[in-house]
Amino acid sequence: MPSINLQLASYSDLFMLIAAFIYVAAFILFTLDVATSSTTIRNLESELARQRPRREMAGAGVGRPVPDTAGDHPPAAPAGRAQSGSSATAIQLNEELVNDDMDYLGTVRRPVANVAVALMVIGALLHAFAVIARGVAASRVPWGNMYEFLTTGAMLVAVVYLLFLIRKDIRFLGTFVSGLVVVMMAAATMGFPTPIAHLQPALQSPWIIIHVSVAVLASALFTLTFAMSVLQLIQHRREAAMSVEKARIRPFLRMVPPALSLENWSYRINAVGFVMWTFTLIAGAIWAEAAWGRYWGWDTKEVWTFVVWVVYAGYLHARATRGWTGERAAWLSIIGYACIVFNFTIVNTYFPGLHSYAGIPGAETAEVYR
Amino acid sequence: MSHTDAPNQRQDAELPALGFTGTLRFLWVQLTSMRTALMLLLLLAVAAVPGSLFPQRPAGPGIVDDYISDNPAAGEWLDRFQMFDVYSSVWFSAIYLLLFVSLIGCVFPRAVKHAKALRSAPPRTPRLLSRLPEYGKVVLESTGPSPRDAVDQAAKILKKRGYRIQVRQEAEGNASVGAERGYVREIGNIVFHLSLIGVLAFMAAGSMLSYRGQKILVEGEGFANTLVAYDAFTPGSAFSEQKLNPFSMTLDSFEAEFDRESDTHYGQALDFTAVLGVRHGPGEPEQTTELKVNHPLDIDGVRVYLVGNGYAPEVTVRDGIGNIAFQGPVIGRAEDQVYTSLMVIKAPDSEPDQLGFVGFFLPTAYTGEDGVAISIDPELLNPELNLNSYYGDLGLDTGEPQNVYVLDTDTLTELNSRNLEAGGITLSPGESYELPEGKGSIAFDGVKRFVGLDIVYDPAKWGVGIFAVLAMLALGVSLFVRRRRVWVRGTTDPNGYTTVEYGLLARGESFGLREENVALRRQMERTWPVQAPKDADDAEGGPSTSDYKPPSGHDAHPVDIQAAMPAIHRPPESKPNTTENRPE
Ligand code: HEM
Repeated sequence: MPSINLQLASYSDLFMLIAAFIYVAAFILFTLDVATSSTTIRNLESELARQRPRREMAGAGVGRPVPDTAGDHPPAAPAGRAQSGSSATAIQLNEELVNDDMDYLGTVRRPVANVAVALMVIGALLHAFAVIARGVAASRVPWGNMYEFLTTGAMLVAVVYLLFLIRKDIRFLGTFVSGLVVVMMAAATMGFPTPIAHLQPALQSPWIIIHVSVAVLASALFTLTFAMSVLQLIQHRREAAMSVEKARIRPFLRMVPPALSLENWSYRINAVGFVMWTFTLIAGAIWAEAAWGRYWGWDTKEVWTFVVWVVYAGYLHARATRGWTGERAAWLSIIGYACIVFNFTIVNTYFPGLHSYAGIPGAETAEVYR
Repeated sequence: MSHTDAPNQRQDAELPALGFTGTLRFLWVQLTSMRTALMLLLLLAVAAVPGSLFPQRPAGPGIVDDYISDNPAAGEWLDRFQMFDVYSSVWFSAIYLLLFVSLIGCVFPRAVKHAKALRSAPPRTPRLLSRLPEYGKVVLESTGPSPRDAVDQAAKILKKRGYRIQVRQEAEGNASVGAERGYVREIGNIVFHLSLIGVLAFMAAGSMLSYRGQKILVEGEGFANTLVAYDAFTPGSAFSEQKLNPFSMTLDSFEAEFDRESDTHYGQALDFTAVLGVRHGPGEPEQTTELKVNHPLDIDGVRVYLVGNGYAPEVTVRDGIGNIAFQGPVIGRAEDQVYTSLMVIKAPDSEPDQLGFVGFFLPTAYTGEDGVAISIDPELLNPELNLNSYYGDLGLDTGEPQNVYVLDTDTLTELNSRNLEAGGITLSPGESYELPEGKGSIAFDGVKRFVGLDIVYDPAKWGVGIFAVLAMLALGVSLFVRRRRVWVRGTTDPNGYTTVEYGLLARGESFGLREENVALRRQMERTWPVQAPKDADDAEGGPSTSDYKPPSGHDAHPVDIQAAMPAIHRPPESKPNTTENRPE
């Protein structure tokens, strides 16, 4: 077994810390962006008022008026069904803020959020370096214990989020994502600090590369949909309340897409995540067959992986069941994620099982009765 | 009968006439409804949880027994509700069996229905294409083709894009084409669900045809694949002893490698290698092979796994008369990373009293200031046996099987322990110790290593694997292939220009419908001389959307869509959006 490069490993630790602090800064800025969103919206309102003082809305619920700078606007921001009860100007304004496809609209300037995104990018680059360095230092994949699951997982959450950001304006998730990444990094470095080491024999298998990486990637996707589903529920309540009275409730949520859009997008991402989770399950079973001689044994970790799978299968079913779309489906998405978190934290640390790589050198012996 | 979202509506009318068959039919419709499937799925998730909270018998009956004796009141009740056998319990089985019955009742009618759909033409062209969720219209220059030719060309475009098409002649020289694609989405869904049945069926087959056993082999010892040779054996329900392959093997040596470089993980296990001599049958040549964790041996379909290892100190026990009462290696159960190994030695043949020993084997013993020895390294740097001794009745003569790793001291008298004057027994290899009161002696002769092997035969696992992978592939198809319907109609407008209208409809999720609209339109514009929209307020100059979301169920028909679509979702009358001003 090649020696461990301790020098590189210590760089990894250092960069992990730096990345964590940068994420903290990003989190603060994202939060600031949300906190000041009413100012941002007010600025936009006055700008709109200046640009086109009086434009008739043609017909009920028709899309927004032609922007002066046609061309660089996405077409046909849909007539907000969600806002059907509110006034036409509110619709108009909301469509300047967000659209159903979560496209970048270029109407609102959010410098604070943009700096936060830039920080996330820098943080993620340093973070990626730290994770890769740890792997290189030990000549193996860097996911062999809780510290490494957490740091690699946090990196994937950040990277997946940033990749989505390239095409889609999901800055509204920034506070949650950066906050979660900070929590994961803190848990890794404070809760499970683990010096670098070789893998124990039980983990020395090509399957660790593929099984764990896809599991963590799927979890990262489910993280995004979890946040979207929570926002969907909040947004749904708000939309319902606004259709009754025109009051402005939780104005910062105007920077968040409508509930229906959140639902559709979390469905899309959940579908991808579900296929990945199915793969995780199958790859895990193949590995279990190679390691323990049975592909399925209802080990605690297996139980919870199965529970997660079934809950998300329920979610997909709910989306096709009358009366179960919308809020109920969102709840299932949230419950599914809760199970993932449980599986990753409590089960990994407190539940005994074949998957607890804590100690015992594989000297479990059969109970022999004679 | 196909599965339905709202069985109640259909059934309400029939309720008064419910006879016996009517009731059955009613129950069947309920069971195969989507809502029931969803409920059963959620129930299955909940029902699986207790198995992770309570110890399970299949994983370790001893742990369950301990649990019950530790929690006598709750334990008994939990046992009554099969909380220690969750995955073979009545209630868990009921849930998944109902789920699969529901699945069969749901999927087969769907398969039949889809088989019909595969053979029939795309659905008729709706009268008002502009009511579809995606709609577009182009007016051609006078040099353009006639409506009929335009429709033929549109059909060709659609065909190239993978649509199944049917061209229809309509009144007044108009024509239309109906097109559909993505039939494979539904096939994926059906195959996915059927594959789940396949997985379950082969798992059931496995529980009948398989067997698994455990064997501990000390260096130098052999094993022949017969029932008596196993330490523990779990046969499948269709097992018979003739099914055991007649192979045999010997453990030539066992090698463990520990980390000697790291400061923080000094002594962590890095590699275990067992060297085995394997014979495929009596009289066959012996082949030497290596066995490692994660890399099982395959002996004619029987798989051998390295699942444990440890030290087996060799001891000789002499009784009070001087006869050898026990001699040989004793399996030490490793308790931690440094192989602090629990030792139980029983010498039932000793006379006049039976002798028993309990204690620890320490590979590298280190005695601290408190006088207690512990192991500080997994390798044999300073091996030591620390034992207490007992005499009396070992309780083996009752004929009841006893756990060989547990010494029941209730009927025994202590001879040696730290608390007694005689003290405990401490032995290094080569040393021996005379028991007090002339009860006999014990000698520590040396140390061997042992491996714990799992020996498994499961011919059905291939079926499980193939269907699981098939399920996953079909799942991908079913989730990511897009099912679309397109209709194109060619007419002549009042000014004599050929006008082509088209509408798109998604079945199931409507993602990407707009992109398809854009792509279609671009191809049309490449094919025909299309008139530029007259002014920015041209009514239907380009693809238009409404945010109408079709019910995500698969029963969405264009007819439903039109009925369900409120007026507000009609394409806006004054939308200037053309394909051109769409950012790419
Ligand atoms: C073992 C139990 C089941 C599991 C694990 C399961 C899983 C799934 C999954 C993951 C999907 C989404 C992928 C797809 O669209 O193909 C799905 C879809 C579907 N399932 Fe199941 N299913 C089960 C049982 C059932 C049963 C009993 C029914 C019928 C009552 C059913 C009806 C459907 C339908 C109609 C869809 C398509 C939904 C759509 O059009 O989007 N499933 N199922």
